[in-house]
Amino acid sequence: MRLSGKGLIDRSQNLSFQFDGHTYRAHPGDTLASALLANDIHLVGRSFKYHRPRGILTAGSEEPNALVSVVRRRGAIDPNVRATVQEVYDGLTARSQNAWPSLSFDAMAINDLAAPFLGAGFYYKTFMWPRAFWEKLYEPVIRRAAGLGALSGERDEDPYEKAYAFCDLLVIGSGPAGLMAALTAAEAGADVILADEDHVMGGRLNAETHEVAGQASADWAADTIARLSKMDNVRLMPRTTVTGAYDQGTFGALERVTHHQNVPVDHACARETFWRIVAKRSVLAAGSIERPIAFQNNDRPGIMMASAVRTYLNRYGVAPGGAITLFANNDDAHRTAVDLQDAGADVVAVIDSRTDAKAQGDYRLIHGAQVCGASGRKALEAITVRTPKGEMAIKTDCLAVSGGWNPSVHLTCHMNGRPTWNSAIASFVPTPGAIPGMATVGACNGTFSTAACFAEGYAAAKDALKELGLTAPDMVLPDAEDSATRVSALWAVEGKGRAWLDFQNDVTVKDVKQAARENFRSVEHMKRYTTQGMATDQGKSSNVAALAVLADATGRGIPETGTTTFRPPYSPVALAALGAGAKGKGFAPERKTTSHAASTQDMDAPMIEAGLWYRPSYFPKSGERTWRQSCDREVGYVREAVGVCDVSTLGKIDIQGPDASKLLDFVYTNMFSTLKVGRVRYGLMLREDGNIMDDGTTARLGETHYVMTTTTAAAGPVMRHLEFVTQALHPEWDVRIMSVTEQWAQFAVAGPQSRALLNDLLDAPLAEGAFPFIACGPVQVHGIPARLFRISFSGEHAYELAVPSRYGDSLFRLLVARAEALGGGAYGMEALNVLRIEKGFITHSEIDGRVTAFDLGMERMISAKKDCIGKTMAARPGLVERDRQRFVGIKPVGEVKQLTAGAHIFLDGAFATAENSKGYITSVGYSPTLGHYVGLGFVEGGASREGEVMKMVDHLRGVEAQVEICDPVFFDPDGEKVRG
Amino acid sequence: MRLRCPICGSRDRREFYYQGAAVMLDRPAPDAGEAAWDDYLHLRENSAGDVDELWSHDGGCGAWLVVTRNVSTHEIKAVRLASDVKEASA
Repeated sequence: MRLSGKGLIDRSQNLSFQFDGHTYRAHPGDTLASALLANDIHLVGRSFKYHRPRGILTAGSEEPNALVSVVRRRGAIDPNVRATVQEVYDGLTARSQNAWPSLSFDAMAINDLAAPFLGAGFYYKTFMWPRAFWEKLYEPVIRRAAGLGALSGERDEDPYEKAYAFCDLLVIGSGPAGLMAALTAAEAGADVILADEDHVMGGRLNAETHEVAGQASADWAADTIARLSKMDNVRLMPRTTVTGAYDQGTFGALERVTHHQNVPVDHACARETFWRIVAKRSVLAAGSIERPIAFQNNDRPGIMMASAVRTYLNRYGVAPGGAITLFANNDDAHRTAVDLQDAGADVVAVIDSRTDAKAQGDYRLIHGAQVCGASGRKALEAITVRTPKGEMAIKTDCLAVSGGWNPSVHLTCHMNGRPTWNSAIASFVPTPGAIPGMATVGACNGTFSTAACFAEGYAAAKDALKELGLTAPDMVLPDAEDSATRVSALWAVEGKGRAWLDFQNDVTVKDVKQAARENFRSVEHMKRYTTQGMATDQGKSSNVAALAVLADATGRGIPETGTTTFRPPYSPVALAALGAGAKGKGFAPERKTTSHAASTQDMDAPMIEAGLWYRPSYFPKSGERTWRQSCDREVGYVREAVGVCDVSTLGKIDIQGPDASKLLDFVYTNMFSTLKVGRVRYGLMLREDGNIMDDGTTARLGETHYVMTTTTAAAGPVMRHLEFVTQALHPEWDVRIMSVTEQWAQFAVAGPQSRALLNDLLDAPLAEGAFPFIACGPVQVHGIPARLFRISFSGEHAYELAVPSRYGDSLFRLLVARAEALGGGAYGMEALNVLRIEKGFITHSEIDGRVTAFDLGMERMISAKKDCIGKTMAARPGLVERDRQRFVGIKPVGEVKQLTAGAHIFLDGAFATAENSKGYITSVGYSPTLGHYVGLGFVEGGASREGEVMKMVDHLRGVEAQVEICDPVFFDPDGEKVRG
Repeated sequence: MRLRCPICGSRDRREFYYQGAAVMLDRPAPDAGEAAWDDYLHLRENSAGDVDELWSHDGGCGAWLVVTRNVSTHEIKAVRLASDVKEASA
């Protein structure tokens, strides 16, 4: 029921929203919860396990009951939205959850009658056997019966974002303590971020009727926020929940950007932004959460927190009932009675468990009494009050409960901190220093009066400013209420029947006592056995009471019982927000070679990803129906005429300095200091454990100048490795290294016609007999300085020509045109792979990190004349044993002519089981040159098995073939062509 | 988590590559024997307090760093250039 003249809502505007198909009216400033209460809707959901009718318990993000599904644009559904947080906008459509066929009549409410069998641990006891029934029957049935909202199953098409922010001081929470801290730091010139989960900043100043500095507290808050919003060094972040505290002043925060708007379908603005905020200092002013008192049927719709009733009254102008009662163990709750009466609402009685309680207004106070029961199923009708004289019933449609306040210590526990028990307020408070650089102030620190909050906020800001090297301004703190806190612990009222602790997971006092009886005495065990605090609200309002009941049942004190572990996030965060920017390709960069445009647009080459690079698979010609046809043709170019291939993606590292040779001798197994200027050498690089890291060629361009090439995949790791050697092992060496991968466009020109092609292109043709195999040196192409290397990855007479990247596109087009004129053309990765397999050349398919030089038959490449990385460990006995799986060639010899990579090799006739595996195939290709499949792999004993017929089995693809082990060099074993 | 690179300043840990214990700085001589090499490559203290670690500022300047970190609290006690540490010990 809406009261006139109260609240911060804008009554001049009407909004219309739907709940379960009915249309209702609200005003700007309303949450869904306040709007429902204003429309006298108290039943809003069904509970998780027993499907009990539930109403709105709180007015904040701790709400356990009032969870709804919100329908958003494109029909997407947001399940488990707390009605107390969801702002109403025009056209908001919300539905109740976990009820069928309707919220009012829920068939599954039969669970509530079966409650004696559904207590703590019932899953474990009841559904033990037959064993097979668990997955097929019990679990699906239980899952359907229990639950909250459901996801739509559709892709979430809405945009989410990640963002980063940095500040001197992060203030979490904008109540009196947070506001004062932010204001003090802002006035001193610090960069301040003030974050609050609410859409209106000010915290409880917006929900109380006190005065601050002679103004209404909400007005003072609004003025202060307006003042902060005008300052350039302040960023206000409303609707932003700080969800976690992490190392070195890093915080996670979720901003709900458009949850409060009816977003048009084509609106591109992010729905949510997940922030990483890095703060030099922080102030936690997260407030506190009022806790219920457990008594029989204390979960009935109409039973609410006393502070929530006050919030609905003062902030939203809503009286949540016509005949309101209160049940409390502290003075603070009496304010609710006073405010209600001042607003003209009917306060039937205030029941205070303390015998010395005093009324603060003209209402009926029943002191030394307890509420021990509630009646009415879908709405509260009456309560039973137990006094020393006996029990009596009181008719009421709204009971406001207060069991005291639990400081929101959550963030202070995210780095292993444990809170400290404070018996004066019967609750846990933060342990100082739990988060480096963080001060805790106000209600989250157990400080409840407004005046004391102002003082703490100011003092914390002053300390932080000092640490930041700034000076706090002198400030006169505003006059505010300064009443003392008086509370006397009361967790659960004795009595029969079920008294609820965790409303969202349906955990009762009985469940916790049963857990203790069954010896789940540790709070962590009790939690898991009963599921206390494991729902989406993480037991914000119930955990302390539950562990108090456990403490009582186990005969221990509350501090000895301790709390469970608080973990981020403080309140639920959608995975979509955490994963923002990672959907599909996300932010992964695309690395494209200079020949990309020509390859894709002009030549229609399908691209294949190699790390972040894109390389052409093959270049299809008209009439070709399969990739194999193109590949075979391209292999033919290289073997018969000339082929052109972009090899720019290989890592290129420029190495210069007087000690360049020392570096190369140390990182490669073989000698580079003896390499002549103008020559190239193949090098093998080991890890320190003796396995192969990478291979490639290195050219000596000058006495103190080398260019190393790495494989495409290992370019980054090799660069890092060289940095490690030069910085961390030998900083005394005078050598500099630099990645130049993207500075040079490099093309392989391979095949018998390669020299003819180049001589037609280079400004100075290569003389007959000049530029032999492994030569390198500067050349000019149309006046452009270029580098030429006579190296080959195909076994043919071949070159690699490198030009500065800006000429790459033009050179590639030129090379391809010239190659085509000579009967050849461009070739892609598929052909490159076949060509190298035919020659037994290795890639990272072979050197997968477990392979040694010995395995490859390259042990003689480890020079005996010098030390190098990995040399000592490569000589370990286990790494040089004869029966290790060693490098071989493999060809099909049976009826099945196919080889597959990844297949295992077995003795012919042996069972194809893992323990019988003698090796595996790493690379295969169809060799058009030889007319059959060729493969490379590793087999026990290696070359000693040459000529042996074995069996290849690919369990994954279902292929089995007879194979012969052979020399890995299938083509031109003497290497005549490459030198020719 | 954040590290203060001596060259670039305070940066998010995502810019860095983690290698492992800084014992890798003290490479044994080739003839130091099996035990020394086994120790160097494989055996780590795994203590719960302050540990010297190697990190590389891959997403930044490329410097290798010796980070002294309390692995229980994640407190960063010191960040030094690996080259400085190596030269100081030479």
